[in-house]
Amino acid sequence: MENVKIIEIKKSVFENNDRAADELRGELKTKGVFLLNLMSSPGSGKTTTLIQTINRLKDKIRIAVMEADIDSDVDAIKIKEATGVESIQLHTGGMCHLDAEMTEQGLNNVSMEQADLVILENVGNLVCPAEFDTGAVKNAMILSVPEGHDKPLKYPLMFSICDVVVINKIDVLPYFDFDMEKCKEYIHMRNPKATVIPICAKTGEGVEVFAEWLLNEVSEWKR
Amino acid sequence: MHELGIVFYIIRDVKKAAQEHGVEHVSAVVMNIGEVSTIVPEYLTDCWRWAADKEELLRGCELKIEPIPAVTHCDGCGKEYPTVAHGKICPHCGSEKTWLLRGNEVEIKELIIEN
Ligand SMILES: Nc1nc2c(ncn2[C@@H]2O[C@H](COP(=O)(O)OP(=O)(O)OP(=O)(O)O)[C@@H](O)[C@H]2O)c(=O)[nH]1
Ligand SMILES: [Mg+2]
Ligand SMILES: [Zn+2]
Repeated sequence: MENVKIIEIKKSVFENNDRAADELRGELKTKGVFLLNLMSSPGSGKTTTLIQTINRLKDKIRIAVMEADIDSDVDAIKIKEATGVESIQLHTGGMCHLDAEMTEQGLNNVSMEQADLVILENVGNLVCPAEFDTGAVKNAMILSVPEGHDKPLKYPLMFSICDVVVINKIDVLPYFDFDMEKCKEYIHMRNPKATVIPICAKTGEGVEVFAEWLLNEVSEWKR
Repeated sequence: MHELGIVFYIIRDVKKAAQEHGVEHVSAVVMNIGEVSTIVPEYLTDCWRWAADKEELLRGCELKIEPIPAVTHCDGCGKEYPTVAHGKICPHCGSEKTWLLRGNEVEIKELIIEN
């Protein structure tokens, strides 16, 4: 007769990653390095916003950038050329998100002793990155006007884990039926503590508010 | 692809558990997958087939999925309702102040070993 044995596991697939992420945060605290995880749909304006933000902050704090992409390095080069700060490319090997282990490997390739702030531009996607804690100190996301104000309802997990939601491309508000107040309401329904910052990364309007938020968070973390 | 990433996590955890229990071959892995976990069960089993057969330990191993229905709780009236049928607006009282009680799980339930 066949002998059947059952091994009970009862364990979330995300559990190991959550633990690794907590360990990484502990390490960053010891080193006094603040890691920001920046997420959005493809093309919402992550790279443009980063360039604007970094140029406002680079004389006050030391910054490095990690660009995660499935398979290109245009963003890393763009950041380096437009800001002069250290910028490296992480390839996710076809994966739609970064986990804590990949983030840690990336951090091993930046000069952490010479950085107060490391910004991770995650893969453009509103689903997968929300499920994998990267070990970042804070999570930020960008929602751009053309995507519509109902996104917080469609991607509740992403909005619930973000400390700050930047609403980008406000210059095109006149051409879309994007309702800013409704959008804020939906975001706060999913996450009452989220800070919402409307900007136009193209002209730089509102970017100083995001830069200020970031600067504050970094100095809190290093205290 | 999302499901493929998840499959690699499952394989990692299963390998570890098999090693701890001194198991040389796993016949089936049983998963609990929440209805609104964003995982598409068919994609998950397709990715599983491709990746699992590359491992000695998991050759021919079946991935069984036990779905967990999603349930939402309403703060407006205190009742619960099926998430997929009604979304985020409570069918009992019309409130939007609702939150997911369960249905988000991506969990390895158990391993089945036959020999
Ligand atoms: N009108 C307008 N266009 C913008 C704004 N910010 C960015 N863009 C444009 O949107 C496009 C995408 O911007 P990126 O900064 O590359 O977006 P991203 O999120 O980094 O894109 P991926 O890395 O490919 O996901 C570019 O053509 C930008 O010029 C804005 O505030 N207004
Ligand atoms: Mg980019
Ligand atoms: Zn109700």
